[in-house]
Amino acid sequence: MLDDFFIRALLAGIGIALITGPLGCFVIWRRLSFFAGTLAHSAFLGVTMAVIFEISIAFSVFIISSVIAIMLLKLQKGTKLPSDALLGLLAHSSLAVGLVVVGFLTSIRFDIMGLLFGDILAVNQIDLLFIWIGGALILLILKLIWKPLFASTVNHELAEAEGMKPDTMNAIFTILMAAIIAISIKIVGLLLITGMLIIPAAAARNISNNPQQMIMLSILGGLMSVLIGLFSSLEFNTASGPSIITAALILFCLTLINFRKYSDLKK
Amino acid sequence: MSKAKNKVLLKVENVGLLKSDKWLVRGVSLEVKQGEIVTLIGPNGSGKSTTAKIALGIHKKIDGKVQKFTDKIGYVPQKISIDWTLPIRVIDFMLLTEKLTNDQINVALNLTGVDHLKNKSLSNLSGGEFQRVLIARAIAKKPDLLVLDEPVQGVDFKGEIALYELIKKISEELSCGILLISHDLHVVMSATDFVVCLNGHVCCSGTPQAVAKNDQYQELFGDRASKILSLYEHKHDHTHAQDGTIKRKNN
Repeated sequence: MLDDFFIRALLAGIGIALITGPLGCFVIWRRLSFFAGTLAHSAFLGVTMAVIFEISIAFSVFIISSVIAIMLLKLQKGTKLPSDALLGLLAHSSLAVGLVVVGFLTSIRFDIMGLLFGDILAVNQIDLLFIWIGGALILLILKLIWKPLFASTVNHELAEAEGMKPDTMNAIFTILMAAIIAISIKIVGLLLITGMLIIPAAAARNISNNPQQMIMLSILGGLMSVLIGLFSSLEFNTASGPSIITAALILFCLTLINFRKYSDLKK
Repeated sequence: MSKAKNKVLLKVENVGLLKSDKWLVRGVSLEVKQGEIVTLIGPNGSGKSTTAKIALGIHKKIDGKVQKFTDKIGYVPQKISIDWTLPIRVIDFMLLTEKLTNDQINVALNLTGVDHLKNKSLSNLSGGEFQRVLIARAIAKKPDLLVLDEPVQGVDFKGEIALYELIKKISEELSCGILLISHDLHVVMSATDFVVCLNGHVCCSGTPQAVAKNDQYQELFGDRASKILSLYEHKHDHTHAQDGTIKRKNN
């Protein structure tokens, strides 16, 4: 039963998995999963802004996420609070402000559940365009800056000493994070984007021994999660985001089993 | 010096770094030329690594001026914290900042004696093995300027001498400039072209021969200077207050 909306959802999901695969690896390597979560939470505020100003959701989310990222940097330099406290502060206050603003928008019907957990029905042609053009752009940038970005992920000082410009790479990477959250919010939902970023990458880590391999396996895991998740979402009438993440979790558990067997073999 | 006409690769002029109202180093000047080994010596906390990091541009908010006349720089840091959750093999690490052919990687790993570790995970290496990989990585790209911060730490005694010989050989073959930080007095005196003794500032500097005749050097190393493999005690004619000001000893 492949309706139009379902093909659109599949195309959207595949596009997102292709981007979250490599980005998710960097999120794990750089220990940024809480940061990704904060950006995703702030996306709620971005969506309400999009409704108020009648602009594209993806564009608005991208702007708000970037602003939150910049605010985090300023707060890290300007206060003595630890990063995790600042991340929590930004995540929950932006979510709260977003919800308060939604309260004032009584005239507009607002699908909060779809926003939080993803809604395959909501994916339209423009979203697809955003995902595939934006995704291609993100992957292209990632490919271009792979060496310096990876070098600064491995060791900041070494990268700085040998001309890899780690500070610039960090800034570009933050922008890419904001972008992926903006374009994947409709399909995965803002509460689960972090899961889409880190679970396939975490599964890939269990079964890989070099960075390229981990990225490939992470993409593969993401694609499988999307396919399994979306088909079961259609079958069991569950929200698309949770279905995809649950599929990813099952894959993660499978890699754990394989991993154990492999280490038994070595004994 | 015969090499004086060679090209200057690194020029550090009167640099200082202020951190939390304390000068980590101050008023340090040095120059590294092509084919020359410049060694920084000094006690713990004297600012050797800090000076190297200033020269490399890792510390940015500094006093003074640093000029680099090359982009091909190889760096072996004193401490390196790599997140061992990263799936990274020796060969991936070799390619970290440079495109290298398989041959170049093999040659470099062979020189430091760790070619058999090429496909091993970095996280499985011992401290000494990792140190050899770090050196191999820095020399593989044939840099113009090498900055080596305690490059043989954790390497066994036999390997240590071999690696120092290798460093000397590299500086001659590649005619690159080397900024070396070392505790080992015998290396300082035998293989180095220029010695800078640091203790928050430049205490004394010059060619090894000149430094050997220097009063401050005599005070620094005393009769131990001849026992080249012995540990040295670091003595100066002055002490440093907490804020970095210099107090002369009354003797």
